[in-house]
Amino acid sequence: MQPIPRRIFLFGLLFLGLAWIFISRPTPGSVTNGLIPAPATGFLAPDFELETLDGQVVKLSDLRGRVVLVNFWASWCPPCKAEMPAIQLVYDDYRARGFVVLAVNATNQDSREKAQAFLAENHLSFPVPLDVLGETTLRYKVSSFPTSFLIAPDGIIREVVVGGPMAEAALRARVEKLLEELP
Amino acid sequence: MFPTLQIGPLALQTPGLLLLIGVYLGLSLTERYALRCKMKADPLYGLFFLVAAFGLIGARLSFAVQNIALFRSTPLAFISLDPYLLDPWGGFAAGLLAGWVYGKRKKIAFLPTLDAYTPALAVFAIALGLAHLASGHAFGAPTSLPWGMELWGVRRHPSQVYETIAASATLFIVWRQSRKNLPAGALFLQFVAFSAGGRLFLEAFRGDSVLVFGTVRMAQGIAWLIMACAMILLEIIKERSDPNRIVPKQMNG
Repeated sequence: MQPIPRRIFLFGLLFLGLAWIFISRPTPGSVTNGLIPAPATGFLAPDFELETLDGQVVKLSDLRGRVVLVNFWASWCPPCKAEMPAIQLVYDDYRARGFVVLAVNATNQDSREKAQAFLAENHLSFPVPLDVLGETTLRYKVSSFPTSFLIAPDGIIREVVVGGPMAEAALRARVEKLLEELP
Repeated sequence: MFPTLQIGPLALQTPGLLLLIGVYLGLSLTERYALRCKMKADPLYGLFFLVAAFGLIGARLSFAVQNIALFRSTPLAFISLDPYLLDPWGGFAAGLLAGWVYGKRKKIAFLPTLDAYTPALAVFAIALGLAHLASGHAFGAPTSLPWGMELWGVRRHPSQVYETIAASATLFIVWRQSRKNLPAGALFLQFVAFSAGGRLFLEAFRGDSVLVFGTVRMAQGIAWLIMACAMILLEIIKERSDPNRIVPKQMNG
């Protein structure tokens, strides 16, 4: 191929690229924009309503406007237990600024008594919703414990942390970043 | 979607595992390429591990400097395995600097080295596509096409499969091209141009695009720019290495 035709070909290719950007503009609904509930980063956090260990009923969507950490755990899971003190420290420091922890206990794979004993032993004070039927754990597609979902004030999942224990500094950094979004 | 691989009490992160396999296979291919080009493979391995190590340390240091208060209360967090405590730009700068110093000391030529790493990059791109498939990231836009797959509650384009196929095609082209006598740097630039072109085309089927100016996918704009730069640089390199090129004589006085 001669140099000039090759250059014309390359310019043509670049022009086609620009045309493709124009042609393939997203149609409404083709990009998530956080409207679909799904347990993944960038999606609306699936709603749930569960009873906590102390008998209160907590609904995730009622916490819109706050930064929420939904942490799935079980008392037989060592990394879950290892990260709880760090979660408590961060919760103590930031709850006044609008940070909420929902430590969802997978009660269908655990027991209410064991969860209660662990919390009392470690002086943990954040709300512990009980997933007795395992529906919320299933809806959040939790494949291993612990799994944490950081939810922004607009209800969108900003990060999913699978496994643990989460370092306290890492949790603080994540929460501080999200709290900056609060008015 | 297989985000974790449960082996007894151990939950292995499948995407990370796939990326590690990609690095291993990629470096093996780079070694084969280096041997074919009569290059020494050891400095290439050395350079890779040095850049990776300094990149990681630099990323953690940079994050720590920016968030000093966090590390003051929990200094052990400095050795945490949590990737959130890394600053990618700090890591990039530290890795680049370490690579540059090592390259200068070992007298490693820049462009042939980029060419040598190209097969590794091409294999890594395939591993990245598979890692996206395992984690469910980089998902597609909703579709009614028969090959669409159910993900996050909607039937979607299998964008991760498209990504893996495009990366495999790029590896095939790059490996074939690597047998030709190309000017230094050309193989790497071809890989960049093909990869950017692939992203420009396939981004249209993604459902997680970040939009700018209302309806333009940002990744497409960036991919177009990268593709244009790679093509221009490729032309310059080819022209400079052309044996029939007429070099203008220097005028005296």
